[in-house]
Amino acid sequence: MRLEAIRDLLQCEVLVGAHLADLEVDTAVASDAMSAVLASPHPLALMVTGLTNIQSVRTALIAYMPAIVYVRGSRPAEATIRLAREKNIVLLSTSMGMFDSCGLLYSHGIKGAT
Amino acid sequence: MRGRDFENAGETSAEVTAILKDLEIDPDIILRVGVVTFEAEMNVVMYADKGTVTFILTDDEIAVEVADEGPGIPDIDLAMQPGYSTASDEMREMGFGYGLGLPNIKKNSDAFVLASEVGKGTKLHSSIRLDGNG
Repeated sequence: MRLEAIRDLLQCEVLVGAHLADLEVDTAVASDAMSAVLASPHPLALMVTGLTNIQSVRTALIAYMPAIVYVRGSRPAEATIRLAREKNIVLLSTSMGMFDSCGLLYSHGIKGAT
Repeated sequence: MRGRDFENAGETSAEVTAILKDLEIDPDIILRVGVVTFEAEMNVVMYADKGTVTFILTDDEIAVEVADEGPGIPDIDLAMQPGYSTASDEMREMGFGYGLGLPNIKKNSDAFVLASEVGKGTKLHSSIRLDGNG
């Protein structure tokens, strides 16, 4: 699924656009616990999380994840946005909760990365 | 690495993975080294006073050795159980401390040794074979 379509589906605000228009994802990992994300790393998967600190972007970098959707309307601090911009990680923010976000993504063909 | 320094935790793993990419190491190996180092860094930051990480790259493997000065781990078998954690709410708000760190490190290691002395500190050795045939 194209990341632009995910942006529209979850009504996201784009915080860092990086290569948004070029990206597609087929899988996602959803958790506020970064160790849970790292327990099932799936290169090129989308991260869905409510955790907005800098470790979210560092986790995405380690796990080769190109984009993060922050749920519940959460927004990362400027240092987090700066690192994402520097490393070309797409950051999106949606006011939807984790459950609804994941449900919508799943119903549009995104599968869990296990 | 310094205890409680959440802001900089993860920089070492970012640096070492960047170096390994420059050396054109297999991305799957880099991912495993990254997970091991990042989780170990977070453990030092969350629980210890300070710590060091040493990387040894040979033709066959990369070894990650982390030594910290801190409270140590009283029961290593218990600490290795997925889901077991002594983390505070503050640590969990940082996205870690869910009892998955040490199991993640072991899972990504071809060889793994954890030794600890209560009141002194903990030493962790992880090695990952470069041929991926661990």
